[in-house]
Amino acid sequence: MKLPISKPYLMSGVLLLLLVWPFLWGGDNAYALYIACLIGIYTILCLGLNITIGYTGLLDLGFMAFYAIGAYTAAILSIHGVSFWLTLPVCVLVGGGVRYLLGLPVLKLRGDYLAIVTLAFGEIVRLVANNTVGLTNGPKGLPRVGEKISEIRLFGWSLNDTIHFYYLILAFVLLAVLVSHRLEHSRLGRAFVAIREDELAAELSGIHVARVKSVAFVISGMFGALAGAIYAHWIGFVSPEMFTFWESVFLVAMIVVGGMGNIGGVVLGVILLVGVPEILRSTLGAKFVDYRMLVFGVVMVAVIIFRPQGLIPSKRRSLELHTPEAE
Amino acid sequence: MFIQQLINGLTLGSIYALFALGYTMVYGVLLMINFAHSEIFMLGAYCGLGMLCVLPMAASGPAMFAVFAAAMFGSGAVAMLVERVAYRPLRHAPRLSPLISAIGISIFLQNLIMLTVGAQSMPYPEKFPIRQFEFWGVTLSTLQIFIFFLAVILMLLLNLFLRKTKMGKAMQATAQNHLVSQLMGINVNTIIALTFFVGGGLGGAAGVLNGLYYGSIKYNMGFFPGIKAFTAAVLGGVGNIKGAMAGGFILGILEVFAAGYLSSEYKDVIAFVVLIVVLIIKPGGLFGEQVTEKI
Repeated sequence: MKLPISKPYLMSGVLLLLLVWPFLWGGDNAYALYIACLIGIYTILCLGLNITIGYTGLLDLGFMAFYAIGAYTAAILSIHGVSFWLTLPVCVLVGGGVRYLLGLPVLKLRGDYLAIVTLAFGEIVRLVANNTVGLTNGPKGLPRVGEKISEIRLFGWSLNDTIHFYYLILAFVLLAVLVSHRLEHSRLGRAFVAIREDELAAELSGIHVARVKSVAFVISGMFGALAGAIYAHWIGFVSPEMFTFWESVFLVAMIVVGGMGNIGGVVLGVILLVGVPEILRSTLGAKFVDYRMLVFGVVMVAVIIFRPQGLIPSKRRSLELHTPEAE
Repeated sequence: MFIQQLINGLTLGSIYALFALGYTMVYGVLLMINFAHSEIFMLGAYCGLGMLCVLPMAASGPAMFAVFAAAMFGSGAVAMLVERVAYRPLRHAPRLSPLISAIGISIFLQNLIMLTVGAQSMPYPEKFPIRQFEFWGVTLSTLQIFIFFLAVILMLLLNLFLRKTKMGKAMQATAQNHLVSQLMGINVNTIIALTFFVGGGLGGAAGVLNGLYYGSIKYNMGFFPGIKAFTAAVLGGVGNIKGAMAGGFILGILEVFAAGYLSSEYKDVIAFVVLIVVLIIKPGGLFGEQVTEKI
């Protein structure tokens, strides 16, 4: 696809639009901002998941576990008065650490078994969060009555309005996009793709498959925990039913629909699956929301059959050699 | 206490074993995890409920037969349709594609039932008077006996079908090698469809038994039993039919004992932990399925 304007201009245009976005709505449309923030959070999550599913080809059906770990770690630390700027790196480290430990045994498994084991891990995390009442307050969620997740303080002022969070989330989304982009075009990123395409050939080309897979796994877990930590501070509440299996599947759906392994595709997938239903909710009414998942199911099947590379295929994939009869 | 738990475990295990057969049979012929099988289980339970409500005199043998026939035929047909629509076009696609498509189907079926039948859980009518026997401090209900024996009979029938009929033998051949089976005059597509039908039917029967045992069904009832049945299939070695039966009973007993002696909150966690541990330590299952990585 050839764009009418060159890429740097397009990118600057998008950035400018994102920066003035809150003011396009008269500055106080809280709902539009809320949706924008939600899209931002999901973008960070999906960019993280994209590293495992899109680049490395490891299907993860329990990614919400790391979002949950990030959110709970942030909530617990924050309630005890730890500053956001200290909480954030701790959450990322905890997320990455747990991910590393999970990866040690499970990354040896075949693709579909890995998917099932990550699914099981996701459910274990949710059930543990639901049952260890002492730490997580069980199904009632954190913070407990009388406690509060502390405000984020930046250069003397505290962030308490949605618009503040909009810019905070935007900054982290840009960071996530940048990291993903640099990663994709690095030696490591090419190693990820090589593993996705053919593990044996990658191994024979001198890639330490086990180590590289583990790195991909850990980095994506860090993204998940980061998104969770920001979410916990923004919404100010965490409970186990935010992290069900279906939420993890929802993330996979976004990546599949948008285009696996492509940053633009992932962002498009998030906007289509998170943003559009929210916008349509106000115009079509609440009845539409009920049919949302039904439509998603059909869309997922249709996309994987008719357009397996997603709506925006990754550039590298569209450059692949395809024999006509194989298509 | 011990014997009581054993009885409860065997009841639960027979449901898991029936359910697990669908996973294992499909894995045998297609080497794919039929993720939508848990929804087939749910649909079976709804078909059975529909029949139970329609029939005027449900408390008789023929009526019960009709209920199971409806559930098994209905869910078998849906499983076959799912294969045709969502899996067959992807047969030569990368391995993860059918899994994603299966998840899509699963979301679709769950929401279809939620929107058409309702999001509330529905009571399963108790048309049969359930009698309880008590001996040595152990209670055993007629329902438990019924579940256990029906499951065993269905499994024996499956075994007979696979060993004695032409279709069953063709199914075993297809599981071994598609190309060679085709050369021997087997229509592989028909056999795959049949596998989905039989596996789906057994799943549907398990759904009805589940409904009878717990007394109510819901549109998302398939998820946890689905994971557990899959665990049972893995435990016995995916693709290994007798392994799946044994795996189902082992898992059912394990779960009931874990709930009784450890903690009932963590009974679902036990199944997941068993799944992870088996896959990591012995991915071929307890009864061995040779896992060769094809290059």
